[in-house]
Amino acid sequence: MSKETNLPRILIVDDEPAIQRFLATALAGGEFAVFQAENGHAALAAAVTVKPDVVLLDLGLPDMDGVEVIGRIRQWSQTPIIVLSVRDREADKVRALDAGADDYLTKPFGVGELLARIRVMLRRSLQQAPEPVIRIDELELDLARRLVTLAGQPLALTPTEYELLRLLATNAGKVLTHRQILKQIWGGGYVEQPHVLRVNISNLRHKLEKDASRPRYILTESGVGYRFRGEG
Amino acid sequence: MSQPQEDMRPSPEAMLKTAHAEERATQQGKLKIFLGYAAGVGKTYTMLEAARQLKAEGCEVVAAYVESHGRVETDGLLTGIEVLPKARHEHQGVTLAELDLDAVLARKPALALVDELAHTNAPGCRHEKRWQDIEEMLAAGIDVYTTVNVQHFESLNDVVQQITGIPVRETVPDSLLDQAAEIMLVDIPPEALLQRLRQGKVYIPEQANWAAQKFFRPGNLIALRELALRRTAARVDDEMRTYMETRSIAGPWPATERLLVCASGSPFSEQLIRTTRRLADELKAQWFTVYIETPGLAKEQQENRGRVWRDLRLAESLGSEVATITASSVAEALIEYAVRHNVTRIVVGKPAKSRWRELLRPPIVDQIIRLSGSIHVHVVSFKQGPAQPKPLGARPAPVGSWFEYLISLTLVAAASGFSFLVRPYLSPTNMVMVYLLAVVLAAVRFGRKPAMLTAGLGVLAFDFFFIMPRWSFTVADTEYLFTFLGLFVVGVVISSLVAQAKERAEALRERELQTESLYYLSRDLAAAIDMESILAAVVKQVSETMQAELAVLVMEEEQMRIAASSKGLALEEKELAVADWALRNRRPAGNGTETLGSAALLYLPLHTASAVFGVLGVKLSRPADYRSPHSRRLLDAFVAQISLAMERVRLAEQAEQAQVLQARESLERALLNSISHDLRTPLVTIIGALSSLQDKNLPLTEANKQALLDGAWEEAERLNRFVGNLLDMTRLEAGELGLNQEPCDVQDLIGCALNALDHRLEGRDVSVQLADGLPLVSMDMVLMTQVVINLLDNALKYSSADGPIEIRAQTDAQALTLEIMDRGPGIPEQDLKRVFEKFYRLPVPEGASGTGLGLSICKGIVEAHQGTIRAENRSGGGLRMTCRLPLAMSVQ
Repeated sequence: MSKETNLPRILIVDDEPAIQRFLATALAGGEFAVFQAENGHAALAAAVTVKPDVVLLDLGLPDMDGVEVIGRIRQWSQTPIIVLSVRDREADKVRALDAGADDYLTKPFGVGELLARIRVMLRRSLQQAPEPVIRIDELELDLARRLVTLAGQPLALTPTEYELLRLLATNAGKVLTHRQILKQIWGGGYVEQPHVLRVNISNLRHKLEKDASRPRYILTESGVGYRFRGEG
Repeated sequence: MSQPQEDMRPSPEAMLKTAHAEERATQQGKLKIFLGYAAGVGKTYTMLEAARQLKAEGCEVVAAYVESHGRVETDGLLTGIEVLPKARHEHQGVTLAELDLDAVLARKPALALVDELAHTNAPGCRHEKRWQDIEEMLAAGIDVYTTVNVQHFESLNDVVQQITGIPVRETVPDSLLDQAAEIMLVDIPPEALLQRLRQGKVYIPEQANWAAQKFFRPGNLIALRELALRRTAARVDDEMRTYMETRSIAGPWPATERLLVCASGSPFSEQLIRTTRRLADELKAQWFTVYIETPGLAKEQQENRGRVWRDLRLAESLGSEVATITASSVAEALIEYAVRHNVTRIVVGKPAKSRWRELLRPPIVDQIIRLSGSIHVHVVSFKQGPAQPKPLGARPAPVGSWFEYLISLTLVAAASGFSFLVRPYLSPTNMVMVYLLAVVLAAVRFGRKPAMLTAGLGVLAFDFFFIMPRWSFTVADTEYLFTFLGLFVVGVVISSLVAQAKERAEALRERELQTESLYYLSRDLAAAIDMESILAAVVKQVSETMQAELAVLVMEEEQMRIAASSKGLALEEKELAVADWALRNRRPAGNGTETLGSAALLYLPLHTASAVFGVLGVKLSRPADYRSPHSRRLLDAFVAQISLAMERVRLAEQAEQAQVLQARESLERALLNSISHDLRTPLVTIIGALSSLQDKNLPLTEANKQALLDGAWEEAERLNRFVGNLLDMTRLEAGELGLNQEPCDVQDLIGCALNALDHRLEGRDVSVQLADGLPLVSMDMVLMTQVVINLLDNALKYSSADGPIEIRAQTDAQALTLEIMDRGPGIPEQDLKRVFEKFYRLPVPEGASGTGLGLSICKGIVEAHQGTIRAENRSGGGLRMTCRLPLAMSVQ
């Protein structure tokens, strides 16, 4: 346990010692206090004792299903959880996110990506109230006045598109699953109709992006959902 | 007398004999025979004593069939030995107790005790004779002790009959005795035996009392005892010689003799054969038995066929080599065979024909003696034994005699009638010709007897109707006597010749038919490439030739199954059991054999030296044919052909499998090499870079360090991609590519792919052209992203840094068309299809940096979507990759 209590506390849960070492090294560069657990039970115990600010949870744990760990933590804490998973296990990622994880990283990942995600989590958790105005690159979203401008020019959006943009932008930097978006915007009955979402995203992109084929704001997370680009 | 070094080594034949015997010894059970010269010498007693001894030493002994006949001492010896219950067979209201062979085989003891080797089993048992049961036990690896009296030896049968005057019906083939591991002689002096008889200690069945009185005379017993002693001595002599031969000890060897005897189907052939066997024994010679089939005697031969068959089987069981030859002259064929096989002595029987018949035709013996040259001829006389039973298969004299008489009358009448008509124009001598014509007609159409009758009647008619004085049998002009004689003689000779020629022609034709059918069969079999065609050819050809119905059975999962059969042939359960036995024991069984002879069909196993393939079941149209040597020979020839063909097909299948296995293995090896190389190559750069950075002594500028790091990063990404490709490939191969189909936005798809390749796209000109109003297309987003990534990756790799890359997407009524185009070197025409193969890499001058898997993965994924992928060269240079995905479910 670190003596520097004002450093954000990160709990790394992974059964591979090599990955633990790498993550600890990458994160301990002065910015974070790193704590480690090697399996599900240790993770749960550590979550209680350490009270981390962010949890990095590997989904391939030996003793418990990662999703179960998430479930147990979520029973008493809203601590941001980032899951680490491998390629081709999209279904696992979606399950984890729907169970309460906040974001995911696909192994192998670069440290830059990792730090970006962690920062987004920390920012959100520190934030108490949503900002009235969200500014990302050339886009400005005034939530109070329900006004969206791109490079100064106002954008005409349908109410659904606006809600969609608002949801994405207020969760900038964090992935949202199709299910979460559908449920949030359209309601529970539309959860099995992803095409509704796709069409709206497509329309939104056409309005928002310079080149809809190379979107810079609304990023597709293949097989999982969408992510609105975060700051920086 | 010293001998040259070469002669000291045992001859190959001797070594082979020993090797075979040793081989047999390890697999087969060992047979020990307790031999006595009469009932009551104590064979069963001695056998049981020996068995008890072994049991005390710990051997597993079982009494399979021991007959104590109520004698207390024998019963006493049985205590402590496991006795197997006997099998009960009902036969004509009487219950008979027999050896339960299946129980013994199931029990599989180390040693089984079986009394009375020469016993004949009750009908309903598997084998006709108990010695066959014992053979089966030995084949199964069970050792057997058994008892037998010397008079039951096949080769001594007639000698014993001569001595005692009592025929012995139950015999045991000498081959069994020869192959026994041990023969123990149980001997007591005849006086002692008679003493025991008087004391009532010898078991005689009630019915045989009178015969027993005759049998148990001192003279008989002494002679029998001598026979038993001599036979045992001969065996000891044999063993000694074998011992000496294999160890190459010089000894008094007799000259190698070879004997030949001819089976003629006469009642004396059997005695002749037995005599030859004894002679062969004494001379330690090999001996042959030959049956010569002549076309001329076809009719009589039919009757003798059964007898010939039995004689030949007897000869075989006594250890002779058997052959059947077809020829026109018996003596010539016999001598030819003798010369060909280096026979030194021929054994023939003294003829019993009457003098005057000898005048007409020299007896065979004389012919043989004349032609024998340097071969010795032994002429053996026979004692006329008790009346022989009627030969098997004999038929009553054909009813044809009445018919023949009628024919002759008709012909003669016709000839006479014709002659009447031409009487005014022809002299009587010329009418002779007309009668001759009638004789020839009779010979050609009706055979020898009618022709001779016609000749005789013709003479009479000629005399009666046309010779002065007409209408009487007297002759005015004695010249005509010559005419009569001439007519008669010529008539007889012609009829004989014509009949003979006809019969010969018929025999030849039949022979030709058979050869033809054998030829057709072997031709069909040679062309057959699989089992079905073989079986079809077999059933067709053999059933046609033999006028029989066939079934081919094979063993499948311990059950016999009919693989092919003639139309309408159905087999009962018990027939299948017989076929099963034939297959397991690799011996013929069923109708016409001595094993399970009550079956409806004859079952011949189809086997070669290496394996058994099945069983051929034959249902002949004439029941007599089951035992005819002629049919059996033909069937054996067929069976040999079929077995070879089946072996060939099986071997071909094995060869093919081996080839496939080999191809697979070589492919796997190539794969392993390729993967190993592709995995290691990026690691070289990564490890190299990291180690350089680690090395404190190495002076590196910041730019250097950055370059190393960049290089390592790129290679790491490449390795990551390759691993991903391998995983995809594995899933594709395992068929685990479950498509997660959802309506997807094509633009989104392309965007994801471009995003994934972000780094590599820097500085490259990539344009995306999408048709307006593209609907959402149902596909697996993740997998199709991979496809686009792989295609883009290739385009980037194989075109120059300033070459433009275009991505186009459009839909029509049925499908989405996705095109990725570059201005690189393209692909040679012949390789356009091959690029989609696993691990296929184009020989790129700069050195291939790809893995060869990318396109095959694309193909697998696109085809899983029921789509197509194609590579084409563009006009103006470059490559176009086109994917088409069907719009199964698209939503606007």
